[in-house]
Amino acid sequence: MINISWLIPVLPLLGFIIIGILNKRISVNIAGAIASAMILGSFLISCSLFFYVKEDASVPEYIKLFDWISTAGIDIPFTFLIDRLSVVMMLVITGVGFLIHVYSIGYMHHEPDHSRFFAYLNLFVFFMLLLVMGSNYIVMFAGWEGVGLCSYLLIGFWFKNTDYNNAAKKAFIMNRIGDLGFLLGVFLIYTTFGSVNYREVFSAAKGFPSGDPAIVAITLLLFVGAMGKSAQIPLYTWLPDAMAGPTPVSALIHAATMVTAGIYMIVRSNVLYTLAPFSGEIVAVVGVLTALFAATIGLKQNDIKKVLAYSTVSQLGYMFVALGVGAYDTALFHVVTHAFFKALLFLCAGSVIHAMSNEQDIRNMGGLRKHLPVTHFTFLIGTLAIAGMPPFAGFFSKDEILAKVHDHSIVMFTVLAITSALTAIYMFRLYYLTFHGDFRGSGQQKAHLHESPSVMTMPLIILAVLSAVGGFMGMPEVFGTTHLFSHYLEPLISFRHSAHHPSETFEYTLMGVSVIALIIIILMVRNYYVSKKNVPEAENEKLGTLTTVVYHKYYIDEIYAAVITKPLDKISAFSYKWIENGIIDGAVNGTGKIVNAISSTLRLVQTGNIGFYIFSMIIGIIALLALNLLF
Amino acid sequence: MNNFIAHVPVDYYILVAAALFSIGVLGVLFRRNAIIIFMCIELMLNAVNLLLTVFSTMHHDAGGQVMVFFIMAVAAAEVAVGLALLVMIYNNIRSVDINELSKLKW
Repeated sequence: MINISWLIPVLPLLGFIIIGILNKRISVNIAGAIASAMILGSFLISCSLFFYVKEDASVPEYIKLFDWISTAGIDIPFTFLIDRLSVVMMLVITGVGFLIHVYSIGYMHHEPDHSRFFAYLNLFVFFMLLLVMGSNYIVMFAGWEGVGLCSYLLIGFWFKNTDYNNAAKKAFIMNRIGDLGFLLGVFLIYTTFGSVNYREVFSAAKGFPSGDPAIVAITLLLFVGAMGKSAQIPLYTWLPDAMAGPTPVSALIHAATMVTAGIYMIVRSNVLYTLAPFSGEIVAVVGVLTALFAATIGLKQNDIKKVLAYSTVSQLGYMFVALGVGAYDTALFHVVTHAFFKALLFLCAGSVIHAMSNEQDIRNMGGLRKHLPVTHFTFLIGTLAIAGMPPFAGFFSKDEILAKVHDHSIVMFTVLAITSALTAIYMFRLYYLTFHGDFRGSGQQKAHLHESPSVMTMPLIILAVLSAVGGFMGMPEVFGTTHLFSHYLEPLISFRHSAHHPSETFEYTLMGVSVIALIIIILMVRNYYVSKKNVPEAENEKLGTLTTVVYHKYYIDEIYAAVITKPLDKISAFSYKWIENGIIDGAVNGTGKIVNAISSTLRLVQTGNIGFYIFSMIIGIIALLALNLLF
Repeated sequence: MNNFIAHVPVDYYILVAAALFSIGVLGVLFRRNAIIIFMCIELMLNAVNLLLTVFSTMHHDAGGQVMVFFIMAVAAAEVAVGLALLVMIYNNIRSVDINELSKLKW
């Protein structure tokens, strides 16, 4: 089975090519079927690989396809690395990806340009697989750039809308800023270790002392890349805007897979991060700030997808905190559970939007529980999972992060605990406003309300099951079970701390308190939005100062516009006016003008009088002779 | 006869050649009749030919005389082309005065 693992990324690429070539000649069902079948094929191969690596913990497998870059001193093969880490990611990408593909068949049914959509989706999965399967930083970078490109294509899928195009450009440019950091990090890896292959780099890194400046610089630069791709402060603003794409895209790219690329990269480089405690600290601080910041913004958003987007940013913050404190396996565990419930939530949101005829504002929803029973039920599971209600998936991973962070720093722990309460508030606010109370939309929308077809609800149900039980693969050891997930990843993770287990009392207290707090929050939110029937203020209503600031996302976009975009525009305008028009055009046009001026004088010599020509010729000859004699 | 030529000092040949060449130059400069200018050019060429033969004899080197034949051949070809051009010019403007040929000026 290991021999055909190269098929895993090749199948989606093949799907992209086939669907891209056939394009509008095939119906949405056929295009969707081809795309889904390709991903399903990859998923099945990944499954078999999973059983292979699970049995055999020994050496990772390297599958060399061809020599890619091979010159003096640099040897970069195009090699896939099959180990426990990459297989987990492959399973998530192809598994969740497959469900999203199937869902898209229903969601994109009315879209005339469906083939382009499925082709892009397949291409995206291809690049993402390349990213996680590469055995060196260069192949990873190829995938890294590829997912950036695909996110651009998919966010701007409806390219006739200027706002959507701007969102796509924003995502691409923000990612490029991060990519620069990543690229510099890779360069520095090459100059420091003389190789970009994981195997050589990590074995060479073992000879470096902890806190070596070169490694700190490398890890910080790589983290800049992760900031861009995984939407951390200060490069997070693209993710909420990226909701411009079709909803399955949001689920695939902006929740389940692409944004986890940064996490995967850091987990992969965990040897380096373990050697750089300072970088770890930075990662953790940025993660904590992002988690809190995005959660507060999420409290006041009224667009169903925007709320989910900010919750993604916030959850990614959690993962970075876990990475920062050295709990790489925990971070990856949260990646997996988050992929389940966030994909579920986004797909449910898609189902709601589908039923509401493209209405996304939760102020116009309400009472959808009766009309969309399956969506309602699965959304509830997703909400419980993300809020951290046992025994759903999010409870285990989030609690584990909290426990690990508690060992590291009490301040961070407190902030994360508050964030986790905020998460519960905004998620249940979203849930109650959408599914409970009275319907607040127009009569036309009400008449149109319908549950989605089964091609859309089936993925929801599967994801709901995964969200419900996914956490059991990471049962805390305090329950007397082994932490399967952590155990599985053990050969790959270098631990910064000695395996320190928090005390049993602490773990039970943490769980107990968080569950009680969660129940109280749910009841309060229910009371506020359902019993008292509060609805968020309409657009033109006056808000309090603080609320206004939060509602406008702390004016971060405006600040970026004022601090970065506007000055850049000014500089560009200045350069255009003075450097381009003044200096460059001046030089080019000036040359022409000088030649013109000289020749318009000189052409007067061209009298047409042959006698004069001959005369000047002879004068010339005599002058030459004279010169010859003189010198 | 050979003797006689050999007894004339080389300086005289050079003077004659220089005189011929100067006449040619002045003719080209001051005459306006294209045919005469042509003849003056021939004069200059032949002045050079004369010098070449003289020096070739003096140095007992046949190379100079070979060169003379080349010049004659090329001059003949040139005359053929040049006269053909002059005929055409005459047919067009009924004159061979070079000052009339000023149509191409600015």
